[in-house]
Amino acid sequence: MAEIVLKSLAHTYSTNPQSAEDYAIRHMEHVWDQGGAYALLGPSGCGKSTLLNIISGLLAPTEGDVLFDGHRVNELPPEERNIAQVFQFPVIYDTMTVFDNLAFPLRNMNTPEYRVKPKVLEVADILELTPLLSRKAKNLTADEKQKVSMGRGLVRDDVTAILFDEPLTVIDPQLKWKLRRKLKEIHERFNITMIYVTHDQLEASTFADKIAVMYEGQVVQFGTPRELFETPAHTFVGYFIGSPGMNFFELHYDHNTAYFGEHPLPLNNAYLAALRQAESRNVKLGIRPEFVEVSTTDEPGTVAVQNKHLQDLGTYAILTFSLNQQTFKARLPEDHPPLGETVYIRFPDDKLSLYVDEYRVEVDHE
Amino acid sequence: MNKVYNNRAWLLVLPMLILVSFSAIVPLMTVVNYSVQDVLGPNASFFTGTEWFKTMLNDPELQAAFLRQILFSFTILAIQIPLGIGIALIMPKSGWQASAVLILITLPLLIPWNVVGSIWQIFTRGDIGLMGWGLRQMGVDYNITRDGTDAWLTIILMDVWHWTPLVAMLCYSGLRSIPDAYYQAARIDRASKWAVFRYIQLPKLTNVLVIAVLLRFMHSFMIYAEPFVLTGGGPGSSTTFLSQSLTTMAVGQQDLGPSAAFSLIYFLVILLVSWVFYTTIMNMQKDKNSQGGA
Repeated sequence: MAEIVLKSLAHTYSTNPQSAEDYAIRHMEHVWDQGGAYALLGPSGCGKSTLLNIISGLLAPTEGDVLFDGHRVNELPPEERNIAQVFQFPVIYDTMTVFDNLAFPLRNMNTPEYRVKPKVLEVADILELTPLLSRKAKNLTADEKQKVSMGRGLVRDDVTAILFDEPLTVIDPQLKWKLRRKLKEIHERFNITMIYVTHDQLEASTFADKIAVMYEGQVVQFGTPRELFETPAHTFVGYFIGSPGMNFFELHYDHNTAYFGEHPLPLNNAYLAALRQAESRNVKLGIRPEFVEVSTTDEPGTVAVQNKHLQDLGTYAILTFSLNQQTFKARLPEDHPPLGETVYIRFPDDKLSLYVDEYRVEVDHE
Repeated sequence: MNKVYNNRAWLLVLPMLILVSFSAIVPLMTVVNYSVQDVLGPNASFFTGTEWFKTMLNDPELQAAFLRQILFSFTILAIQIPLGIGIALIMPKSGWQASAVLILITLPLLIPWNVVGSIWQIFTRGDIGLMGWGLRQMGVDYNITRDGTDAWLTIILMDVWHWTPLVAMLCYSGLRSIPDAYYQAARIDRASKWAVFRYIQLPKLTNVLVIAVLLRFMHSFMIYAEPFVLTGGGPGSSTTFLSQSLTTMAVGQQDLGPSAAFSLIYFLVILLVSWVFYTTIMNMQKDKNSQGGA
């Protein structure tokens, strides 16, 4: 059983770090609960793999602590951490058969052979590797190899967490969902914490109960896929999650009125109160393209905008329009009415998010 | 795609064929030509069939040289391959140390064969050679011109010194190409150092080892200049290897027919042993249970 706690963790690859930019992980706090299925989502180079290697012990953090169930494990090598890790490119032992590959971690622990066999057969059965057991691992396909490397993590009874480092990168698309389902199944069957690193939001949300979004060496939001979508805690989450990403526009606040460029915005008092308290001048409003209301007639509360482009994507359409020289996107249902040159849009108050210094500020809509 | 059949495409092979015939087939055929004739003079020769081959195969002196040659090649392979792997494993992996060690290790490879023989000839002299003199001072009765065993050991030592770096370099390059993830996965699987070597490093080295074994075998089987300069094949004929016997016969005695037959046998033996090595190593990798694999 392992609850993994990261305490003021920081890591740098540079020997003489000068600024925050030199750090791959920038002082973060995080808790992974026992038995959860988590995804670690972020763009390339945001520190995901570094974080994973710190948890497994392949890297020692520069600062901060890693705690397993309250015990500091910073100094423990990966061999002593009860953790399995699956890498981006399948690692298999070429000269061994599939059976020997799966038995390898057990044999390394001097498990008696009469206990190795049933365990390997059980895992092979779950992963549908049974017909391949006597084959040499070298001749397998990429997805079979990746299943073998997952299997090596599953045979060990002492494994309490499995870390996946973009494990489906080399797998054919049609096999990806199959393997992802298999992972989900394994998670439900064994009480194992799983952390799945990916840069694909679809992969993250189909696998994980909770997603940690990483940006510039920090976890900027940790929540369910729904939370990430509806209330992005950071502008990066808004931009990274969803297709297309969230619309953002800068505000400035002057004499009890919020302006977008020259135009005063009809915001309710809750927003104005929050704006009054904001200490930074970096204030933005964000709205998901899904929540932008589009109509063909001039109704009260709407603004007339230029229809720049309408892209039909089959099950939905993306409308690109410009407001105050800035480009916005709105997502329309398949059966949307035909649109003219000018359309009328409205940003509903309760669907707007306010960001001060890139972080979301909760606004009470009563 | 429709395949077009046009036999004129064979003409494209022609340039390569001409090149190969000049580089290999024509010279080889002149040797074949001599090996079945007794050449008495520029215009006097007659056909002898397989007679030279029979003579050569039954010559006790050549048989002895052949056995010495086999013993020599297998001894140096048995030493150089494990030693080369070992050196490659302990070589530094990065930084200036890696470059420095690489340069130091490759130095012997840059020395011409004759020079290597001369270096060791002087090195092992009892009066002025560091090794010869040193051993004698320690009370070892070391003399390569009188003691056959001493001569043998010295030649083997010389070859190990000269050529182990090649094996080490090949293995080093092979080791560097193993992705880090393999070592990381092995740590997570709690593999011992031996298991890492046995199941990760050695399998990944197979291809470079095939090259190393073949190169070292061919080289050592053809060794000539180094023992010739060091011992001259002696004492007696204890270090006379095949090339030296051949040279004596072809250049010294001008026995064209027998030496041509001998050359061909020599060539075929090298070809055969290399093929056996290659197929053996390749077969070790094959999957016994699958038919062709996925």
